[in-house]
Amino acid sequence: MFEFLENLGKTTRSSFAKLGRSTFFLGHTLMGIGDVLPRPSLLTKQLYSVGVLSFLIITISGLFVGMVLGLQGFYTLSDFGAEESLGVMVAASLVRELGPVVSALLFAGRAGSALTAEIGLMKATEQLSGMEMMAVDPIKRIITPRFLAGFISTPLLATLFSAIGVVGGHMVGVGLLGVDDGAFWAQMQSSIDFQEDIINGVIKSIVFGFVVSWIALFEGYDTIPTAEGVSRATTRTVVNSAFSVLGLDFILTALMFGDI
Amino acid sequence: MHNSKTQDTFVGLFVASGIAALFYMAMQVSNLGSYTSGDSYTIIAQFQNSGGLKVKSPVSVAGVRIGRVSSIRLDKESHESIVEMQIDSQYNNLPDDSGASIYTAGLLGEQYISIDPGPGISGEFLKDNSKIDNVSSAIILEEMIGKFLMNKAEGK
Amino acid sequence: MANRPSPDKPIVKVHNLSFSRGSRKIFDGIDLEIQRGKITAIMGPSGTGKTTLLKLIGGQLMPDHGSIHVDGQNVHRLKSQELFNLRKRMGMLFQSGALLTDMDVFDNVAFPLREHTRLPESMIRTLVLMKLHAVGLRGARKLMPNELSGGMARRVALARAIALDPMMIMYDEPFTGQDPISMGALVHLIKSLNTALGLTSVIVSHDVQETAAIADYIYVLAEGKIVGHGTPQQLADSDSQWVQQFMNGNADGPVPFHYPAPDYLDDLLAS
Repeated sequence: MFEFLENLGKTTRSSFAKLGRSTFFLGHTLMGIGDVLPRPSLLTKQLYSVGVLSFLIITISGLFVGMVLGLQGFYTLSDFGAEESLGVMVAASLVRELGPVVSALLFAGRAGSALTAEIGLMKATEQLSGMEMMAVDPIKRIITPRFLAGFISTPLLATLFSAIGVVGGHMVGVGLLGVDDGAFWAQMQSSIDFQEDIINGVIKSIVFGFVVSWIALFEGYDTIPTAEGVSRATTRTVVNSAFSVLGLDFILTALMFGDI
Repeated sequence: MHNSKTQDTFVGLFVASGIAALFYMAMQVSNLGSYTSGDSYTIIAQFQNSGGLKVKSPVSVAGVRIGRVSSIRLDKESHESIVEMQIDSQYNNLPDDSGASIYTAGLLGEQYISIDPGPGISGEFLKDNSKIDNVSSAIILEEMIGKFLMNKAEGK
Repeated sequence: MANRPSPDKPIVKVHNLSFSRGSRKIFDGIDLEIQRGKITAIMGPSGTGKTTLLKLIGGQLMPDHGSIHVDGQNVHRLKSQELFNLRKRMGMLFQSGALLTDMDVFDNVAFPLREHTRLPESMIRTLVLMKLHAVGLRGARKLMPNELSGGMARRVALARAIALDPMMIMYDEPFTGQDPISMGALVHLIKSLNTALGLTSVIVSHDVQETAAIADYIYVLAEGKIVGHGTPQQLADSDSQWVQQFMNGNADGPVPFHYPAPDYLDDLLAS
């Protein structure tokens, strides 16, 4: 019992210490923005490895998620004779939830884990420390551009995901199952509001991008510089990102759509 | 730094496709597109009750969508509903004695306006800001059920 | 303390330095001085915190007690901007080279120049090629770090360390894990750079022969203290057991062969 309390105390203390470190880290990262923006080449390089390289997985997953939604939605809605509402169903689920959430989860798995491993290995091979000795702030030079790239990429990726998902839903619903083309679009257009739905979805994905990039980069920076440490940090990035994205999604949904 | 040009190109493409996707979402998926629908003319109809009709509900002739509802407001004198519709200008040959009815698509579906082209006695067509006189209001399900039950009760 | 070199404005002055990691005491009140323009070696068995000392001098770690002055400035009292300015004048060669793996050799050497100067690209090219030529790797400028051997990586890192023409270079175990030829090349490079560029060099190493061959002055560390110092000749003649064990590579001595353990027989019989 006594040991249990002691362990609990230890865990609490170390989590608070980590929270503190990560907050300082974030502050330091954000302070670097002013140094990065005058050098856009640093940013494009990271936009390439974070955004462009996630493009394929996001678009393919978006297409399939949209197709599955079209199929499942059709079978459920046709029980009520409401197949024309398929467009609304597909678009609303994608724009409000699946687009931002699934693309953030995929982003954490594709780009987040890569960021953690990259930064962790840079730490393990003394590249970060070497930079410090060259009077270059590694957070501003290495972390900030990656953070900005993650933060810019996620809303773009989420929007692409939703758009391609709608196309996939249309392919299955209209092309395969024979839902009326006009009804599909008209119902969708009359129910989906640009401000309410699309902009809120984009805001969600910006928040997710912020949090996932923060977690990934911090875990890499805070890693124990050994092979095992890097592998654990990478796992933690994916797990913690998933928890944070899903938890935040609930909070954001409640705030945006739920009037709680 | 050797391939930084191709990298820049890809990043440019990526950002452009993201913005294009947002544009597509705005125009094709959400209601933003309807505000800017190019060539159209407005016709007006006054209904006793416009029921569950909404702005952006479809307007159709013989089941083909030719436009959408652009505004619904209450006429303060008659306490009736004034519905404005935007009709695509390619459908510019609707006779001026056409009628408008509010129907429901399926039992639970949304409501829409159906235009019944009239015989065209005067030879004139509906123009911008024309008013349709021959209207039939929305069928309110609750009213119908109420009436039906009443009739049943009275019949016994 | 009698045969300490005359304190003719040392470039680095470490005073009563203590540092511990967790409960392990790494330095316990050490004093040392590094003279300008000389090659000073800090030697000792593995795990005596020689690398830690370099990180303390570079301001990457904070000491528990004591002070370190570099070029008259107290490293741990500086604001971060001043510390960065000081670091521009100190080069450090990491054991692994610490080359940036996403850039080729040329860009690695150009890195400090691009970060800290506004020189035109043509000038940077000239400077980088000069530095690479100095370490004999001008032809390797297109290679990526993972295509370099350990010795080549260290030479590239050396070219990078001298890119900003520092006043002092710290070498962290420059000879470890090198074949005899690259070792010879490095020994030669350190010596010639020191004289040609008028540098001050600090070498942390446990390779006695190579270090003793080029060092002007040597400090020997053991168990958190300085157990001997002097010119290589003075140390060779030293009557300190510590120094003798280290310089001659004896298996047992004041540094025991066995890690502290309970009695052997007791340990075997206990179960």
